[in-house]
Amino acid sequence: MEDVWLAVAARVGAVWLAAVLGLIVVPSALGVSLGISEAYMWVLVKTLEWATLRMEKGDKNPQPQELKTSTSSNGIIERDETPMEEEIDHLNRPNFELSDIFYFCRKGLEAIVEDEVTQRFSSEELVSWNLLTRTNANFHYISLRLTIVWAIGVVVRYCFLLPLRITLAAIGITSMIVGTTLVGQLPNSSVKNYLSEVVHLTCSRILVRALSGTIHYHNKENKPKKGGICVANHTSPIDAIILTNDGCYAMVGQVHGGLMGVIQRATVKACPHVWFERSEFKDRHLVAERLKEHVADKNKLPVLIFPEGTCINNTSVMLFRKGSFGIGGAIHPVAIKYDPQFGDAFWNSSKYNIVSYLLRVMTSWAIVCNVWYLPPMFREEGEDAVQFANRVRSAIARRGGLTELPWDGGLKRAKVKDTFREEQQKNYSMMLVRNGSVG
Amino acid sequence: SVSHSQITRLYSRFTSLDKGENGTLSREDFQRIPELAINPLGDRIINAFFPEGEDQVNFRGFMRTLAHFRPIEDNEKSRDQNGPEPLNSRSNKLHFAFRLYDLDKDDKISRDELLQVLRMMVGVNISDEQLGSIADRTIQEADQDGDSAISFAEFVKVLEKVDVEQKMSIRFLH
Repeated sequence: MEDVWLAVAARVGAVWLAAVLGLIVVPSALGVSLGISEAYMWVLVKTLEWATLRMEKGDKNPQPQELKTSTSSNGIIERDETPMEEEIDHLNRPNFELSDIFYFCRKGLEAIVEDEVTQRFSSEELVSWNLLTRTNANFHYISLRLTIVWAIGVVVRYCFLLPLRITLAAIGITSMIVGTTLVGQLPNSSVKNYLSEVVHLTCSRILVRALSGTIHYHNKENKPKKGGICVANHTSPIDAIILTNDGCYAMVGQVHGGLMGVIQRATVKACPHVWFERSEFKDRHLVAERLKEHVADKNKLPVLIFPEGTCINNTSVMLFRKGSFGIGGAIHPVAIKYDPQFGDAFWNSSKYNIVSYLLRVMTSWAIVCNVWYLPPMFREEGEDAVQFANRVRSAIARRGGLTELPWDGGLKRAKVKDTFREEQQKNYSMMLVRNGSVG
Repeated sequence: SVSHSQITRLYSRFTSLDKGENGTLSREDFQRIPELAINPLGDRIINAFFPEGEDQVNFRGFMRTLAHFRPIEDNEKSRDQNGPEPLNSRSNKLHFAFRLYDLDKDDKISRDELLQVLRMMVGVNISDEQLGSIADRTIQEADQDGDSAISFAEFVKVLEKVDVEQKMSIRFLH
């Protein structure tokens, strides 16, 4: 009896694997599309539109329409942006007033209710529910039909999509390791480079399928060229796969242990990625030297760097580390914007480890994103690395529709520096002594 | 009074600040907000949330403190003549500010307390003498009963022309 079950299971497994290989892996390796994912996305979009309509109909307190359109008006409170100088008006009145405290008081309370920074380290709030349990915090039960659709969604995602995606991911990662190891055995030559690019591209495509990724690339004429540095905003480890799906880059990063380490060691044989030991990474000069070396060789692939240094939730771009902007050469900015309606790509590393993050991504509907290649930028005369970095940052933020924040991504874990508070104190003091006399 | 959606959002904010996930906020949870950490009076404001001697504040306490900052026009909708004075009345808003100055909670702002708060606001940029003369002048102008300290009534009198409602209110978007 058990033999029969085993035989059946083996059959089913073989058919499954053949279907996956034939319908997904081979076409994606060849760069061809059979239209299956387009059909899936079409069904998904229609379902979500229907769901949104249902929810609006069933909503007992209809919100004014403007509030639902953009995420920037998803704020809780109206922030008063009056600068300190206007608020604490000392031009017409003598110096210190007991009411000066009101300004700091209100600013503090506003920050407690809603601040610009900490919200960037947690997932973006959705305008309307996308039928995933995890985003259902603020929405209530609407109707039976909606719940049924949600239940069907759960079954589809966990019982069909998840195993499919895990299979694909396994195939993708294995081929990457095996492929790059094999190519790495060849002596350095243009054939080796060509084959390495083929392997990287193919495996990236398979991995993108593993995430049900739908990526729209814009302005491909600006794609990063050899010998340049490509910088992009950082939302998740998936960013790298999104970009390597369309071109080959030399990655920069720390050496990790485990599976990631195996992948890193295999790929560096085929293609000159720049992997650092943890201790080396902290030494900025060493990093800059290695990068300079790499960039100077015009035959080497463009380097891919994420200057924010940490994952942000894709609603804003935080301060760029200036290291990569002082090296010289062309900087190719790339803006990546994910559509949160289909799945949340942001990796909240303080809340989830990489495995649970990947599982969450693989049980979402899809990963949909837009990638804009911006024209190359160069450091201008008299511009230092910090100013150049900010200029590039503005360009990326503008293109991707993200806000720019003058805060460091490191605030995710570290305390803010005292210098900022000292600046506020200085500004206030200058107002007190402005009229010449004090008192 | 506060709408259902406002409460939900504030609760969502409360839980996102509660890193320890134990239903209460500690002073560290507040200090993790960068814009609050750089506020010169950040520590005094954080202190306002914690009742005497306690190190944790729950959601109810959080809402209670925030309630001081609701705009006064909200009260027009719920005119309750016989009930207790609402937390966001002009008088209670002034009391909140008064407590920021009154470090030892003796219902008086002494010269020393005023100096300490001034020092927080100006940092190292003004000398002790200058700060001292600012404090002296302020107390002199406000003090009416001659005890060289500012009582709450004197505080209110000094600020009678100030638009407290506008300066000490936070407007919710919906």
